[in-house]
Amino acid sequence: MNHDAYSDDYIREILSSVKSIAMVGASPQNVRPSYFAFKYLAGRDYDMIPVNPAHLGKSLLGIPFVASLADIGRPIDMVDIFRSPEHVMPLVEDALALSPPPKVIWMQLGVRNDEAAAKAEAAGLKVVMNRCPKIEFGRLSAEISWLGVNSKVLSSKRAAAPVKGMQLSLGPAPRNNDPM
Amino acid sequence: MTDRTPGFATLAVHAGAHPDPTTGARATPIYQTTSFVFNDADHAASLFGLQAFGNIYTRITNPTTAVLEERVAALEGGTAALATASGHAAQLVVMQQLMRPGDEFIAARKLYGGSINQFKHAFQSFGWNVVWADPDDVGSFERAVTPKTKAIFIESIANPSGSVTDIEAIAAVARNAGVPLIVDNTLATPYLIRPIEHGADIVVHSLTKFLGGHGNSLGGIVVDAGTFDWSRDGKYPMLSEPRPEYHGIKLQETFGNFAFAIACRVLGLRDLGPALSPFNAFMILTGIETLPLRMQKHCENAKAIAEFLSTHPAVAAVNYAGLPGDPYHKFARKYAPKGAGAVYTFSLKGGYDAGVSLVSNLKLFSHLANVGDTRSLVIHPASTTHSQLDDAQKTAAGAGPDVVRLSIGIEDKEDLIADLAQALGS
Repeated sequence: MNHDAYSDDYIREILSSVKSIAMVGASPQNVRPSYFAFKYLAGRDYDMIPVNPAHLGKSLLGIPFVASLADIGRPIDMVDIFRSPEHVMPLVEDALALSPPPKVIWMQLGVRNDEAAAKAEAAGLKVVMNRCPKIEFGRLSAEISWLGVNSKVLSSKRAAAPVKGMQLSLGPAPRNNDPM
Repeated sequence: MTDRTPGFATLAVHAGAHPDPTTGARATPIYQTTSFVFNDADHAASLFGLQAFGNIYTRITNPTTAVLEERVAALEGGTAALATASGHAAQLVVMQQLMRPGDEFIAARKLYGGSINQFKHAFQSFGWNVVWADPDDVGSFERAVTPKTKAIFIESIANPSGSVTDIEAIAAVARNAGVPLIVDNTLATPYLIRPIEHGADIVVHSLTKFLGGHGNSLGGIVVDAGTFDWSRDGKYPMLSEPRPEYHGIKLQETFGNFAFAIACRVLGLRDLGPALSPFNAFMILTGIETLPLRMQKHCENAKAIAEFLSTHPAVAAVNYAGLPGDPYHKFARKYAPKGAGAVYTFSLKGGYDAGVSLVSNLKLFSHLANVGDTRSLVIHPASTTHSQLDDAQKTAAGAGPDVVRLSIGIEDKEDLIADLAQALGS
């Protein structure tokens, strides 16, 4: 696996197949990048679990923090790591000890640990490093183009509308199905 | 198209422009609106807090303008872009992210006269101090670096002289100094030169020129190469430090390799205000679709006219890097092998008076202060665009009193040569 450049298909397959994401290092502070990503992904109907022992007893968007991956107590599809590279290997070992293990290990922008990646890949997991799932979701859905970002995606097909068709409105305005 | 890298002409037509999700409109619609409704209070808060991608107000983002931004980012090979009301506004927004009062930036002496004025007067009044260097002497950039230096600014093809800059050599100076290289790529356009491939960290344009191409709409743009580490040594607090404008967000940490474009948008456009009109964005986008075709014709005509002028008895010298004898020809071959652009100068043996006479005798060439139009243009820089400069600066900028600047259009070259021949006399 070349971890310097991922194909759009590789990222798209991951983001369209995973449903539950444990975010390790999630912060309840609303200016932290992990909070941004957590909120965005929760708004895209991913089943988000905040993992951070420092915030045990608190919750993020109403979802209680857990201290470790082992404490989640149910299968998860992806572990999204907001920790510096030296903390990644023990987290990958924790993830591989889960039964069943997750399908994907994702390391955030600025986080890369090739040794941990190789270990996860040897166990059959997919790995993404130095990327943000929020940015990748926004890029592949063309939503990030609203910020003038080069999505590198060309298409002659109509993009998905941010609402699911027109709705008859007799009472209060119809609520947008897409929360962001 | 996932793993195939699209070519330049494909990007010029398609990048950023999906069919409209609501109506299916294939051309990019003009979203001529100031504001956009929020879904609910939380959506509004998410947008204001930069937590969601979306539109609030056309001063900050607009869906028509966003297509233009993505288009130019793709053509330059950058990570993101930010359109502004003019090229000057683009430069202002860039420098606001980099400079604090008392800081310095190094700029090439050979620049568009308007940029020289902006740097020397407006920016100086903000305490952003320009230090001039000679683009023909890379050592002059090295010697100008001080601990206060925050950026280096050059033009890829200089206006009005048409000289081609050794971008890679000056990029190396910027890298050693730990500062970003900003390249104004207006006269080359990404069709001829892609400065990011030669080490530029930021590219700016006046979209008013060849990119728009039709002389009908002002605009500017900033392209983020995504190459510079803004957080390495704390020199760029707009990107590396918690921003009080957004409750303590650190922009590079949050937005990664397109953080500079975001800073220009949410700290620059939001607070300074020089947003591009969506209508102008539409006009410029339409122009960009034919950029490769137009640049081929501009360059073909420019070379034919330079060859004609270089043999004319009334002409003292032609400064066109596309001519084999030109001192910048080697850089033109290296950086702009498809053509040396279509803006250049020549000097007349008859001096100032001959220049005035030529301009008044031309019938097809328009006498005006713009470049990069479909129409061929002519101007006498010493009395117009560069008139605010003193004589030494005029000469240093390639705009001495005997110099006439041409911007060659896409008419039939035989007609342009005939017009010049009759105006020069026999």
